[in-house]
Amino acid sequence: MVKIQGKVWKYGDNINTDLIIPGKYKFKTVDLNELAKHAMEGIDPKFAEHVKKGDVIVAGKNFGCGSSREQAPLALKYAGVGAVIAKSFARIFYRNSINVGLPIFESQEIYYATENGDMVEIDLESGLALNLTKKRSFATKPLPGFLLKIMQDGGLVEHFKKRGRFEWD
Amino acid sequence: MGKTIVEKILSRASGKNAYAGDIVVAAVDAAMAHDGTAPLAIKAFKEMGGKKVWNPNKIVLVIDHIAPSASEGTSSLHVMMREFAKEHDIKLFDVGSGICHQLMPEEGYVMPGSVVVGADSHTCTYGAFGAFSTGIGSTEMAAVFISGKLWFKVPKTLKFSIDGTIPHYLTSKDIILHIIGIVKADGADYRAVEFCGQAVERMSISDRMTLCNMAIEMGAKAGLVGTDEKTREYFRELGADIETVKSDEDAIYEDVLNFEVSDLEPQIACPSAVDNVKAVREVEGAEIDQVFLGSCTNGRLEDLYLAAKILKGRKIKDGVRMLVIPASKRVYLQALKEGLIEIFLRAGCVVCNPGCGPCPGGHMGVLAAGETCLSTSNRNFVGRMGSTEAKIYLASPLTAAASAITGKITDPRIFG
Repeated sequence: MVKIQGKVWKYGDNINTDLIIPGKYKFKTVDLNELAKHAMEGIDPKFAEHVKKGDVIVAGKNFGCGSSREQAPLALKYAGVGAVIAKSFARIFYRNSINVGLPIFESQEIYYATENGDMVEIDLESGLALNLTKKRSFATKPLPGFLLKIMQDGGLVEHFKKRGRFEWD
Repeated sequence: MGKTIVEKILSRASGKNAYAGDIVVAAVDAAMAHDGTAPLAIKAFKEMGGKKVWNPNKIVLVIDHIAPSASEGTSSLHVMMREFAKEHDIKLFDVGSGICHQLMPEEGYVMPGSVVVGADSHTCTYGAFGAFSTGIGSTEMAAVFISGKLWFKVPKTLKFSIDGTIPHYLTSKDIILHIIGIVKADGADYRAVEFCGQAVERMSISDRMTLCNMAIEMGAKAGLVGTDEKTREYFRELGADIETVKSDEDAIYEDVLNFEVSDLEPQIACPSAVDNVKAVREVEGAEIDQVFLGSCTNGRLEDLYLAAKILKGRKIKDGVRMLVIPASKRVYLQALKEGLIEIFLRAGCVVCNPGCGPCPGGHMGVLAAGETCLSTSNRNFVGRMGSTEAKIYLASPLTAAASAITGKITDPRIFG
């Protein structure tokens, strides 16, 4: 059973893709480690330098709104982010995260009960999230089965390489 | 049970009797990626072991976001696209052709009732033609390149009825900003929005494209207008007959919202959210450094006309830069023929080659810290157009032209 554990970075509503990774960087390179250096630059310039592998973003509603740029979930993934838990996600970001293997979870409750810097743990399969600091657990909205499979395979590229077909096909 | 436009299109494309909430696998009629998204799609295609694309005639690549290139890094991504297009015999619209969302319908890749995916969030623009078009990511685009199919959850539809007579100083940009200000940035998340009502019936295809273009700014999966005589006329000029695409009378909508526009004032989205909308009058007088007329939202001939009407015989304010960027080569040529380009140049504007211009923040007029831009484009997020300490206001071509003349945000009604 795969579990993600890390420190919480908490943000508000409508965190858009320009805040996650400004467009000016995406046109210059497909080097994802390079892009990761600018993750969340628009809202939290210290994020990329201080984020640790496995850390978890907890955010409000409509996380990832704006552009279709897949560089947004990729920059977070390559910066080390283990998962994003938000009240809700913008639809293209939601699909992109699954396709690049960045675990995402929807939960209203955890947002209100979690502070910046808390330690959380999430079970990738069941979606159960624990706030280890506050000693509370939260259920998250389950993904449809075929999407969970793609996410567990590590994204759509790995999924296709492993299975030779797309799960929905 | 009656169906909405989206339910009908996705039923046809999936071969299933589909309704909102169903997950379907739809055959894609056209797929588009541009220089901001195609490189990652090509990379994913190769990593997946892709050897050949499902149908080269249905794939379009466009170099528009940074065109011409402003750095070696971008140039190498453009080379990657050109090589891929050549290898797979795919149509590539190179530097100077125009913006992807203008080219797709202009070049006949969008038909009423079709399913179009684009690796760009503003792909929802083609709903103006009664197509189901939506933005997807690069890796999914690679999956489409390989299989020609993609999964969709059939969205519920919100019906927005826009009624009343549109005053002469008001544009569809003001109307959609007004709607976004009410519905908010997540108000249509995961849903399709169908625009109807007297005002929409009277709108040109260009105005309908502006409406549908900004559906994503409410989170919508698609923005749609049913076909009518205007749609038919548009395609007649392209030499094509079309099918009628309309929702059934008894289709089920999640909600119906009514908007009355007869008394609406010019609208403006203030820094730094598209749903932070006010009447232009409320922020009048704020100083600006740059005006941008263009983008997939407002770079068409009709938009250039509106601005030229105000700029004709006038000069823009000293110290203010106004960039005019036609949405495509076809728009540019027509504007040239009709004397609009001369009006812009004489007024002191800078006319640049067709493409996205400064909108995505990569080149051609990016902003310094402390600068303010009034733009006819679709996003004013922090850092969108350069510095995170720059401000962006979004408004109509009329407000843009009026403000360029005074150097301050200006209600266009003072110019008639």
